Amino acid sequence: MYDFEFERPATVADAVAALRTEGAQVLAGGQTIIPTMKNRLAQPVKLVSVGGIADMSGVSVGDGCLTVGAATCHADVAAAAAGAYPALASLAANIGDPAVRNRGTIGGSIANDDPASCYPAAVLASGADIITDRRRLAADDFFLGMFETALEEGELILEVSFPIPDAASYQKFEQPASRFALVGAFVARSGGLVRVAITGASDSGVFRWREAEAALSDDFSRSSLNGLALSPEGMISDIHGTPEYRAHLAGVLTARAVEAA
Amino acid sequence: MPKDFGIGASTKRREDARFLTGNGQYTDDINIHGQAYAHFLRSQVAHGKISAVNVEAAAAMPGVIRIFTGADFEGVGGLPCGWQVTDRHGEPMKEPGHPVLAQGKVRHVGDPIAAVVAESAAEARDAAEAIEVEIEELPAVIDMKAAVEGGPLVHDDIGSNLCYDWGFIEDNRDEVDAAIRDAHHVTTLELTNNRLVPNAMEPRVAVGDYNAANDESTLYTTSQNPHVIRLLMGAFVLAVPEHKLRVVAPDVGGGFGSKIFHYAEEAFCTLAARQLRRAVKWTASRSEAFVTDAHGRDHVTRIELALDDGGHFVAIRTSTLANLGAYLSTFAPSIPTWLHGTLMAGNYRTPLIYVNVRAVFTNTVPVDAYRGAGRPEATFQLERVIDKAARELGIDPIEIRRRNFIAAEDFPYATPVALEYDTGNYHATMDRLEEIADLQGFEARAETSQAKGKLRGLGVNCYIEACGIAPSNLVGQLGARAGLYESATVRVNATGSVTVMTGSHSHGQGHETTFPQVVADMLGIEEGQVNILHGDTANTPMGMGTYGSRSIAVGGAAMVRATEKIISKAKKIAAHLMEASAEDIEFSEGAFKVAGTDKQVAWGDVCLAAYVPHNYPLAELEPGLEETAFYDPANFTFPAGAYACEVELDPETGKVDVCSFAAADDFGNIINPMIVDGQVHGGIAQGVGQALLENAVYDSDGQLLSGSYMDYAMPRADDVPSFTVDHSCQTPCTHNPLGVKGCGEAGAIGSPPAVVNAVVDALSRGGYEVAHIDMPLSPSRVWQAMNA
Amino acid sequence: MPNVSMTVNGRNVSGEIEGRTLLSEFIRDTLQLTGTHVGCDTSQCGACVVHADGRAVKSCTMFAWEAEGADIVSIEGMANADGSLGVIQQAFQDNHGLQCGFCTPGMVMSAAALLQDNPDPSEAEIRDYLEGNICRCTGYHNIVKAIQAAAGSLRAAA
Repeated sequence: MYDFEFERPATVADAVAALRTEGAQVLAGGQTIIPTMKNRLAQPVKLVSVGGIADMSGVSVGDGCLTVGAATCHADVAAAAAGAYPALASLAANIGDPAVRNRGTIGGSIANDDPASCYPAAVLASGADIITDRRRLAADDFFLGMFETALEEGELILEVSFPIPDAASYQKFEQPASRFALVGAFVARSGGLVRVAITGASDSGVFRWREAEAALSDDFSRSSLNGLALSPEGMISDIHGTPEYRAHLAGVLTARAVEAA
Repeated sequence: MPKDFGIGASTKRREDARFLTGNGQYTDDINIHGQAYAHFLRSQVAHGKISAVNVEAAAAMPGVIRIFTGADFEGVGGLPCGWQVTDRHGEPMKEPGHPVLAQGKVRHVGDPIAAVVAESAAEARDAAEAIEVEIEELPAVIDMKAAVEGGPLVHDDIGSNLCYDWGFIEDNRDEVDAAIRDAHHVTTLELTNNRLVPNAMEPRVAVGDYNAANDESTLYTTSQNPHVIRLLMGAFVLAVPEHKLRVVAPDVGGGFGSKIFHYAEEAFCTLAARQLRRAVKWTASRSEAFVTDAHGRDHVTRIELALDDGGHFVAIRTSTLANLGAYLSTFAPSIPTWLHGTLMAGNYRTPLIYVNVRAVFTNTVPVDAYRGAGRPEATFQLERVIDKAARELGIDPIEIRRRNFIAAEDFPYATPVALEYDTGNYHATMDRLEEIADLQGFEARAETSQAKGKLRGLGVNCYIEACGIAPSNLVGQLGARAGLYESATVRVNATGSVTVMTGSHSHGQGHETTFPQVVADMLGIEEGQVNILHGDTANTPMGMGTYGSRSIAVGGAAMVRATEKIISKAKKIAAHLMEASAEDIEFSEGAFKVAGTDKQVAWGDVCLAAYVPHNYPLAELEPGLEETAFYDPANFTFPAGAYACEVELDPETGKVDVCSFAAADDFGNIINPMIVDGQVHGGIAQGVGQALLENAVYDSDGQLLSGSYMDYAMPRADDVPSFTVDHSCQTPCTHNPLGVKGCGEAGAIGSPPAVVNAVVDALSRGGYEVAHIDMPLSPSRVWQAMNA
Repeated sequence: MPNVSMTVNGRNVSGEIEGRTLLSEFIRDTLQLTGTHVGCDTSQCGACVVHADGRAVKSCTMFAWEAEGADIVSIEGMANADGSLGVIQQAFQDNHGLQCGFCTPGMVMSAAALLQDNPDPSEAEIRDYLEGNICRCTGYHNIVKAIQAAAGSLRAAA
């Protein structure tokens, strides 16, 4: 690993100030960036840890929304969201492994936007808002592609606000080695509107499956997905699955999520 | 009644106390005052000509002590190969050089080009990045077929990528061809035995040290056989004689074969320490381990099984391409030949067998022994083709096996592939399996699965393995360049405690517990009075180490022989003490008695007398009580068993879950049942891993796509069930003093076909006629097979 | 060089670090507590698991400076005060839950964290919880048994 400077601010203002340094990067839970740095695939000049900022951690519920501080670890979300938003809690409870869940955070996960990570599916399907030090971004505007978000240089995610749906479920099919999502499907129904987000499958990262949303908004049942299929075009191809397999899995998992929701 | 002491007791492991408290001492825990750190600059390309290596800028980096390149190793020997195979035309195999640091060419991703020694590991790595290497990339050859059909040459000087074309037994070839041509039925199967990465949890480490005052080198290394490393490295690479070279393997965190071999980093650290006059340490990262530890398996095979109209096996013919990787690892040539071809008879009376193996160089990491080593490859193809034949002929898979078993009364049984099985009872292990796996209850369980929308399948198979590869005079004829004996020195101390120094070396097997069980039992003393020393060439007799399930069968036998010598000498001392004749002395329960009298002396008194030889008849009796034995077995041992696996398959996703796994093994006599169970559990998990999860995959450019745990799927706790294991069927080995057969590899050998047979069965029950799926049976592969 | 201070196994410790010094390196190299092992570089094998403020973490995926002021427990802190094996350690020995011993420290630390959260886990819960701890030797069978046994002993003592 290349060496770097570090700071551990106690307030958001200090963190934002520290991030103005050229080449500075946020260190949230570190569960992705540290392995990346070990393999010398990232070389930040400075890491600004947000682990010491109390305001950025915790889960609260109000106005039909569940709001998660960006530095809240997955284990805490799994525990704190279980009552208000069980689908989100269960998603958090199955990211990585217990030790990873004690460190990894929602902010780190969505800022990295790994195409196989779980949280982006929840954020996108829930229609959540991402609140940063400078603005409020809708999920639909946030994820721009594989490892690509709308975040600007030095912009810090403070919290993510999830409108709590009437019914929701996340179904993850694990890649056998990494245990990331080979494909994951998050289905959320609020009134008559259904949103479906698929992660793990596409070369362009998490995406909404509009045809499924339309069919499910019409009739929220597994059978309304009959005949619908995603095109393998643009799906990820690797040693764990072909594009055809991923497209197929997306359909199966969406159907299972509808059943479980 | 389970024993609570000695041979047959489930004695708790004494080594656990240190492992459980963080007090184990693994190689990476060793730090020598003033040590420097090595980092290897490794090839990023699979094949290329090195046109220039410029270290000038790197040498000026902070902390750099010296940078070594291939030029520094021109006068040094290459890494030797310990086995020479003769091909079917009587010609010796092709044996290309294997330099410590690349000489002019790189041949696989991970091949070391240069090494930086620096004050810290981070500085060494920083400087390695600053080395300027110019490589003219050459087309890589990865696919074995392409390699033998005129692909780019891995080694220009040998003119071919074929190391050898081996026929076994060549004289039988025509007869086998004729039998297959004329057979009632021939079942043919083409399959791949997937390439695996052994992945002992402890990555390899080497610490070289040098004492200029007495010109002695010490290498601390992660090794299953420190004496073998000392011999190979001292005699063939560095030209350092044994008395000036000590090799120490402290606690070893798993090996599974991968720590048998002599690796470049060991020679490098030893040499660099000599040249720099300070200790040099190298610790592999896991990423580095993936591209430098010898891989396992990687065969592509076509097997034909001919049967008569009664479902009896008439002949077997196989043709295999075996991947050796870019260089010959230490024992690589023997794996696809003598440890594979000789096993093709399995548990069955097949009168005619012919095995052809073409071993091939490719631009990949060298391939060598991995748990089972050749025997899993043999077992997999045989047990898969038998299952396929059973399906084609409509015979129950257990019945077809029973119909062809070598019967209990047929032992000793000479196979047509050169082995003589001394003992076994294959019907008995199959009977036992049917009980412990509750095969009667399978149909009911299948219905329960069906109600959940899952397909349940049952896979059954047998295996035989040949352990404790021996005897030396035979293996010498087969091309081994080493003897395959084992050694033990039993030192009885003056107050009666015992220190055993053995050439075997535990890397997780629990020798510190099991070996004392044997010696204590023989001497009638407490197990706690016996200690084991191993893993250090300075205090153990020359021995060949631990692999091939040989430790108790060969190392244990040496220890028994040495202990017998101790008893014999102790009787003479007792005779002297009691003024009797040595022939009249009886030894039991720790006391020496004069037969027919009530005269006796205790063990402790005899031991003390050995070292306090007052009134000793020195002309007839030497003082001291210490004996050494070298044991060279008369034959292999032949553990065997029957395994059953039940899977549930999700037809929507292709995902396979292992619901249950049962193993009925015959290991002959057992020293410690608890440890034997554990060995089988671990082997099964590795076999399930091979069958469902693990795969070392290269792309056509020679990049390892599964080069970390992010892509190489290791079996985890939730990938396997609890296992049902049983070793109550025991046909003791007839030619070693303990009657033991060895148990370390059985699980890994016997389990892959059971899993695959179960998946094919599940698919068949679901109406999918899939003849075979190549391992690993990942969800995507199963789904693809269902939708082909 | 910056300095970091923390409590490790009840002892206040401090030492010089670089930004890139991992907690695992601080524990192994600076404190010479070599029971914490490093078996991979992608945060998957779990041989390096320690407890930080009561929670299981992978010490190879945390910088030493992130543990400033933290209460760290490593495998060396798991034995009883008299040096005898703690309940979980004893259960691992009694049930042959280890072979080569390399993954064992991480396994014990994970098991302890599990039993702290869930005193009576089912076999499936244990297997699920061990997702981040890879063992190559035991096939997990006896690790699961050991944790079940430890859970029983701890409940009986409670």
